[in-house]
Amino acid sequence: MSTIEPVMTTTEPRDAHSHEPARVLKQQILTPIVPGGSIAGRSLMAVVAIMTFLAALTAGAVTMAVGSANDWQSAISREVTIQVRPASGHDIDADTRAAVAVARATTGIADVRAYTKEESEQLVEPWLGSGLDLSELPIPRMIVVKLVPGAAVDFAALRATLAAQVPTASLDDHRGWIDRMRDMAETAVIGGIAILVLVIIVTVLSVTFATRGAMATNRPIVEVLHYVGATDGFIASQFQRHFLFLGLKGGAIGGGIALMFFGILEALNRWLSGTAGGQEAGILFGSLSVSVGGYLAILGLIVLMAAVTALTSGRTVNQTLKSIE
Amino acid sequence: MIRFENVGLRYGLGPEVLRDLSFRIDRRSFQFLTGPSGAGKTSLLRMLFLSLKPTRGLISMFDLDTAALTKDDRATMRRRIGIVFQDFRLLDHLTTYENVALPLRVLGQDETGYRAEVIELLQWVGLGERIAALPPVLSGGEKQRAAIARAVIARPELLLADEPTGNVDPNLGQRLLRLFVELNKSGTSVVIATHDIALMDEYDARRLVLHEGRLHVYD
Repeated sequence: MSTIEPVMTTTEPRDAHSHEPARVLKQQILTPIVPGGSIAGRSLMAVVAIMTFLAALTAGAVTMAVGSANDWQSAISREVTIQVRPASGHDIDADTRAAVAVARATTGIADVRAYTKEESEQLVEPWLGSGLDLSELPIPRMIVVKLVPGAAVDFAALRATLAAQVPTASLDDHRGWIDRMRDMAETAVIGGIAILVLVIIVTVLSVTFATRGAMATNRPIVEVLHYVGATDGFIASQFQRHFLFLGLKGGAIGGGIALMFFGILEALNRWLSGTAGGQEAGILFGSLSVSVGGYLAILGLIVLMAAVTALTSGRTVNQTLKSIE
Repeated sequence: MIRFENVGLRYGLGPEVLRDLSFRIDRRSFQFLTGPSGAGKTSLLRMLFLSLKPTRGLISMFDLDTAALTKDDRATMRRRIGIVFQDFRLLDHLTTYENVALPLRVLGQDETGYRAEVIELLQWVGLGERIAALPPVLSGGEKQRAAIARAVIARPELLLADEPTGNVDPNLGQRLLRLFVELNKSGTSVVIATHDIALMDEYDARRLVLHEGRLHVYD
């Protein structure tokens, strides 16, 4: 072209706008071929943000429930209880001492502590009220048996020995509680996974429709790209980059809000931990804090939702491009 | 370079809008494509640009039968053809510079490699001061020149222009014609679709006249 004289000249002096060519000469970053700020793009980002928030909320709640169940389970499984019932013709103090001796003689036992008569009476006080003379009531005596961590205690043998030597004593290894805890934790995990799957399905459907909308909006761009010789692969890569960015942005917003939500919940939990209400909430709901694994799961969800958005929109873009001649 | 043999075109089940078109477009040739409104000029241009398939006949472009081309082959072949649309088809979110550089960007060329060439071309078409402007703020004539610059930046072997003077005053129309003539002199075959008799009288060139679906060639 340089050998041909310009056929057009502007009437304005070049100095008046000399900054414009200079600006382009310095320009390093080109405008994306697919514009970022369209209404369809913002809708898609909002969908991804909401879905990531819901998924992160579910993941956080599940890890919280599983964490609490595990805390209860490990606390319960570290000790067993022997209950000595009062019976006619039996001295409950003697039976308690005999049961303590049997427990101490068993391997894998770290510590045995029998509740005194007064302590046992205090256990029923919340239900019967204070200021009553409970000495005439047949209140059973509790023996707390702490286990050596990791030790395999033969509960069947201990139960048999107690039955033989102290007929009024019974052993409770909390198996029923532990099983219920495990069931509850498993149900929470299965429920959480089901919700996550539903959220991902809804995300895929929403992203598909939003991508179709975005493609319809950007159809003139697709046509121009075809006219200047772009292959479907090139056009698809431009749109996939655009949608991956939207997905990451939406995922970061939704996941970020969820992280903030759990952070505030944890701070509230710490703030309330000294109060009576906080202690009751702690007993009911556990620690109300998400573990490191939970936070990592939320970060993973942000990446997952961005990937789901990119893959779904990529498939939709390819389908749309096939339909455009 | 391009050969049409007994080409016919119909839309759906309607009547044939173009019938038995047989002609050639040679390298470095210059021709006007004319005819009354609705004669099928744009349809013929679209077939030349591979965005419309004929319903019968043979179209050979650059020694290849276009019927046998895949979609990606057609995209690759379009890189050898530049087209100027009547409505410009510039992308409003890209600057004049980015619009003109688009064919090179699609080819995967590095921006630093083509920057000087694009700026030189923009200056050549008189848009040197409008490099960073977005199309919505350009005048009709400026958009037309930007569209022409985009069509020729990748040095196509064939340039197609659909009513390139339809939106500009006669004076600018003549200046655009001079631009096409100079492009032709630099080696590009040119096909200008127009019904502007005055424009055609400005330059003595081959005329392809469409009338009632048939093509008459006046060399």
